[in-house]
Amino acid sequence: MSFVVVQDVFQNYGRRPILERVNVAVDEGEFISIVGASGCGKSTFLRLLLAQERPTRGEIRIAGAAPAREPGLDRGIVFQRYSVFPHLTVRENIVTGESFRRGCGRFFGAERKATLARADDVLGRIGLDHVADQYPATLSGGMQQRLAIGQALSAKPRVLLLDEPFGALDPGTRLSMHDFLQDLRAETGMTVFMVTHDLEEAFKLGDRVLVFDKPRWDPQDPNLYGATITYDFDARDGGIPFQTLKEDTHVFQPA
Amino acid sequence: MRIINILPGRPLALFLALLPFAAVFIAYAIGSELRLAENPADKLLPAPSTVWDTAVRLVTQPDRRSGDILFWQDTWASLKRLGLGVGISALVGMIFGLAIGLLPLVRSCLAQFVAVLSMIPPLALLPILFIVFGLGELSKVVLIVVGTLPFLIRDLSQRVLEIPQELIVKAQTLGASSWVIAMRVALPQLMPRLILAVRLSLGPAWLFLIAAEAIASDAGLGYRIFLVRRYLAMDVILTYVIWITLLAFAIDWVLRWASRRFFPWAEQGL
Repeated sequence: MSFVVVQDVFQNYGRRPILERVNVAVDEGEFISIVGASGCGKSTFLRLLLAQERPTRGEIRIAGAAPAREPGLDRGIVFQRYSVFPHLTVRENIVTGESFRRGCGRFFGAERKATLARADDVLGRIGLDHVADQYPATLSGGMQQRLAIGQALSAKPRVLLLDEPFGALDPGTRLSMHDFLQDLRAETGMTVFMVTHDLEEAFKLGDRVLVFDKPRWDPQDPNLYGATITYDFDARDGGIPFQTLKEDTHVFQPA
Repeated sequence: MRIINILPGRPLALFLALLPFAAVFIAYAIGSELRLAENPADKLLPAPSTVWDTAVRLVTQPDRRSGDILFWQDTWASLKRLGLGVGISALVGMIFGLAIGLLPLVRSCLAQFVAVLSMIPPLALLPILFIVFGLGELSKVVLIVVGTLPFLIRDLSQRVLEIPQELIVKAQTLGASSWVIAMRVALPQLMPRLILAVRLSLGPAWLFLIAAEAIASDAGLGYRIFLVRRYLAMDVILTYVIWITLLAFAIDWVLRWASRRFFPWAEQGL
């Protein structure tokens, strides 16, 4: 059975349908890019995956567990903005990944020391060790997003959700963030869903690209029908499918 | 060049900042000079030198009857009431602000109620407070609390609601409970706002303090001003008014400093 199963999901806001008949199954470790025009329910779909909203109909299961009713430890999220805590230093932001699940939200004594050391490890890995004691507001956009990803990963979620994480970055920073994300992924083998407006980015990073669009369109009332997944591309090998032959052709095949 | 683009240099900026103070002082000095020239016994606009002499006498000479320096006694009495009132308001306002801002259940229950409460003119309640709490310290402190608390609750709950939803969701994905979100995410971000709101409510707090002291008290800055009004002792009144202004300004300055010192991440707008 697949790791993430989305079954027959409908979402309405009031009487207005946003999503209809969304079905998709994702294996563990897959990187799913989600693209589509504005207002086609990409971000709604991500909020449903996050359990920030619950679907009007249908259900979403992760690893066979019961559908979640609120955001929790199993799903990590990075938003385009406001993903890190502005009142905590960079190091403390990483520490929250482990400390917030505790009853009082912080560590003391030896435990705190160990967590701080682990946080410094993470900071070294994401290249932010030189700004560990600064507040996020002093960091550039790319550094803030690296911090947000590091923070989300230090909570060790089962699924990482990215909502246009690089949308506000300049093209150069964006490219280096792609490398950063691909390295992290190779390291952790994490299941990732990423919403993006950038098709190139979607195909470069994703194993699959889901396209959200409205299959039915009423010219008098564009809001009459909701959107659904209209294409599900295999994006490995540069988006050209069937490039890797499943069989070894240069082997003698006994009859 | 457009006037909106003319920027003062540092010396000019300082001069312009001091100008209105100097202008008011000079206008007062001239007015006082004119009146005193006509009638040397005039009490309405005492000469600046007279005010200064009175001020020195007030802050240094003990009262003949009690042996205490009344000026400092009044200051202490007033500051105690003000500090207690504003402190209680800030604490209660913070708790209710957090609860209303974070918990939809509490918001549904209390938001409208507080909005209605804040429309009651606090001074209209003063007689009730005097009847219920007596003429002692309690009624004065309660008046300040009643006068500033609804504003603080409304302002602070609004500030909690302004915390980006993304941060609240993010904290949840890190496994934070409602308590941890309140204590580690919302409260720290609320603190600089709390200081700002307290600074804004200090003006009304002084108003209520002086009103309460004027009506029933035996010490306090407002009490003294309204007491010496009977003797037309303008020099004393002016000294007290300037002192109250200085105190209010100093408190505001200290709060602003504290906000910058302890919440350096919240630079903008404070």
